[in-house]
Amino acid sequence: MSNSKPGYTATSEVSRVRAKRTLWENIIRGLRSAPPTALFGMLVITAYVVIALFAPLIAPYGESEVFPIPYAPWSDEFLFGTDQLGRDVFTRLVYGARNTIGIAIMTTILAFTIGGGLGLVAAINQKWLDQFLSRFVDVLMAIPSLIFALMLLSIFGSSILNIILIIAVLDSTRVFRLTRAVALNVVVMDYVEAARLRGEKLGWIIRREILPNIMPTLVAEFGLRFSFVFLTIAALSFLGLGIQPPTADWGSMVRENAGLIQFAEYDITAALTPLLPAGAIALLTVAVNFVVDWFLHKTSGLRDE
Amino acid sequence: MSNIDKQRGDILLEMRDVRIDGYSDDKWHKIIKGVDLTLRRGEIMGLIGESGAGKSTLGLAAMGFARPGCKISSGTINFDGMELTTASASQCRALRGSRITYVAQSAAASFNPSHRLIDQTVEATVRHGIKPDSEARADACILYGDLQLPDPDNIGSRYPHQVSGGQLQRVMTAMAMSPRPDLIIFDEPTTALDVTTQVEVLASMREIVEKYNTAAIYITHDLAVVAQMADVIKVLRYGETVEEAETRKMLSAPEEEYTKSLWAVRSIEKEGEKNDDVILKINNVDAAYSSSVKVLHKVSIEVPRGRTVAVVGESGSGKSTTARVITGLLPPMSGDVQFNGEVLPKDLASRSKDQLRKIQMIYQMADTAMNPRHTIREIIGRPLEFYLGLRGNKRDDRLLELLHLIELDESFVDRLPSELSGGQKQRVCIARALAAEPDLIICDEVTSALDQIVQKGILELLLKLQKDLRISYLFITHDIATVRAISDEIVVMFQGAVVEQGPKSEILTPPFPDYTKLLLSSVPEMDPDWLNNLLAERQNEQTA
Repeated sequence: MSNSKPGYTATSEVSRVRAKRTLWENIIRGLRSAPPTALFGMLVITAYVVIALFAPLIAPYGESEVFPIPYAPWSDEFLFGTDQLGRDVFTRLVYGARNTIGIAIMTTILAFTIGGGLGLVAAINQKWLDQFLSRFVDVLMAIPSLIFALMLLSIFGSSILNIILIIAVLDSTRVFRLTRAVALNVVVMDYVEAARLRGEKLGWIIRREILPNIMPTLVAEFGLRFSFVFLTIAALSFLGLGIQPPTADWGSMVRENAGLIQFAEYDITAALTPLLPAGAIALLTVAVNFVVDWFLHKTSGLRDE
Repeated sequence: MSNIDKQRGDILLEMRDVRIDGYSDDKWHKIIKGVDLTLRRGEIMGLIGESGAGKSTLGLAAMGFARPGCKISSGTINFDGMELTTASASQCRALRGSRITYVAQSAAASFNPSHRLIDQTVEATVRHGIKPDSEARADACILYGDLQLPDPDNIGSRYPHQVSGGQLQRVMTAMAMSPRPDLIIFDEPTTALDVTTQVEVLASMREIVEKYNTAAIYITHDLAVVAQMADVIKVLRYGETVEEAETRKMLSAPEEEYTKSLWAVRSIEKEGEKNDDVILKINNVDAAYSSSVKVLHKVSIEVPRGRTVAVVGESGSGKSTTARVITGLLPPMSGDVQFNGEVLPKDLASRSKDQLRKIQMIYQMADTAMNPRHTIREIIGRPLEFYLGLRGNKRDDRLLELLHLIELDESFVDRLPSELSGGQKQRVCIARALAAEPDLIICDEVTSALDQIVQKGILELLLKLQKDLRISYLFITHDIATVRAISDEIVVMFQGAVVEQGPKSEILTPPFPDYTKLLLSSVPEMDPDWLNNLLAERQNEQTA
């Protein structure tokens, strides 16, 4: 390896080459090094996804099938009892996973498409368009988002489409800010300048030069944003303006059965019934946060000392 | 803690068979592979080697410190009777900042921007209880004076952004000197400075170290700098000692082949040639970043075909701005750029693909000039696709040709930039520029971030490419040795204007205009008396 003057060649310069691994090997290696919290989070998320996908197979009854006994206690027939109309609570929990998670994911994807796209454009433009978009976002963010969402929903009506659109637009403001901030750090790099000098179009610069470099941050933000969207939907449903009956949804399930809590001194299981959907919401949010924390730590390159 | 009773010449620091490992990619790598080092009181040792040789790691180990992810795996580090490898964290902490201090490479990044300079200068001294606050502050002002900072009594009340880079580096030296340490470690303190500033900083550093009889370890990759500073020079490579000798002996008769190669770049000398066929002509260009601050004043430069024009000047002289005007990134306020006889549109967006193709650029920092997520295939392949429409096998064939042209081989095709060494990165950048088959390449300080031996390789490659492909270069640099090696013509810039322009032989021979003279005389030479002579000469001129 001696490359003193006579034997000097460019190829013999020392550089550290990483082992080439397939994607699958990388995933296995990543999982091995994951802390227990992240593994727990992934396990919970997987379970939710499985339940949401196979809801009709798991649920013992139909989503809005009504039985003659309202507020039935927990039993073999109705695992978690029935609600105020006589619908099986366990069945509605299972279907609720499908509806609430599905709507939250769609909303988050939409929020990222709007916010991320505009954020990138603003970061590259850095002139009047950036100013216009950023100030507009400031205005939107100045209004408390839950109240704003409530107002818009009462104007346009609470259809599922409206819920998705309104929450997505409101949440895209945060995505916009983050995307713009991280993209600004990449836009000033020489390789972006080199691409511009080459004469590359805007789309190519965004897709090939900038996006790959800000992806880890955006993926982490996607997880967090999903949690917030999920909570917002649940909150709106709890307030009666979210997902409308008879569609099963965790937020409205809490509201509909909230009265049962007062019966705790007579039947502890009855009091637990409204807490089950609330717990389901909490568990998923915590699980997503565990995974995001680990992912952020991994990609930020911080070293444990 | 006084060192009155300590004799000059006593052994202060003794490192025996020190080995340091670094952790990355799930493995421990050897960084320092058994180095011995002996430093006596009042002695300055120069540690020299290329990047990755382990200089900084060894320098930090002298404080008993290993960077995060590194560990001192074996050996002994004895500082004035105290064993640092086994010392507790609090014992080491008591030593650092009081008896051993450290001057970092980037002063701008090392100061806290929200505290005044003097508060930061005395912080460690007061905290270690060496001097009371008022005394330390008074002493700091004396040190500022010793280091020839302007207005030493008041400069300390400024914030870091209010002084220049060279001044900041001197304030950091004052900070290191404040507790009157036994040992100061200088880690490339002048690398980030202009040559004209470097001279003053070097002189004041050496003076203060001598005045207080402090031992020092001076880490650098520039042999000419270390020749001015050090009593003893130790050459490191791959974590091992190559050679150690007294400075004069080392310079006059280096034993190892490798040591000789350290100043290899100074051995290239190009015969300046003339060519009247002008490829690029800049006429009376004025440019500004905002309407109020003008950066370029009536700049006119001509680049002959197949020749190299070096643009020389310190930072802020408008060298890089000129390059931005040529490439169209910064449309000039007035004046024009002619290329191959035709006037180029001022704005990048209105230039044709072919006009863009013919002017390519190579950047100073190859790290940031390549997208870290693209493989070499994508980086070099893209201009082939974009400009020449080559796809699939045709593209890959040309890619390999280019790789061979820059003296790399096909094993590099699927690597990412982070898997290349500094020199290899710069070569890939050159290949990316060549892929466009340009007439003119603008080289913006392309060698200044590289080690001497790698610099030599890159410069030789550029010269060979010019000979084979008749490419013209506009070579922006502040290093006169590089200029000697590569240029045919020289343009000297100062504060946004061209001071002098002409063939190399003319510019580099006296008589010089004032600024050219200052610039040329500030370039360190491989002579241990160079700094002394230069200072004496400048002193004489002032009194005369």
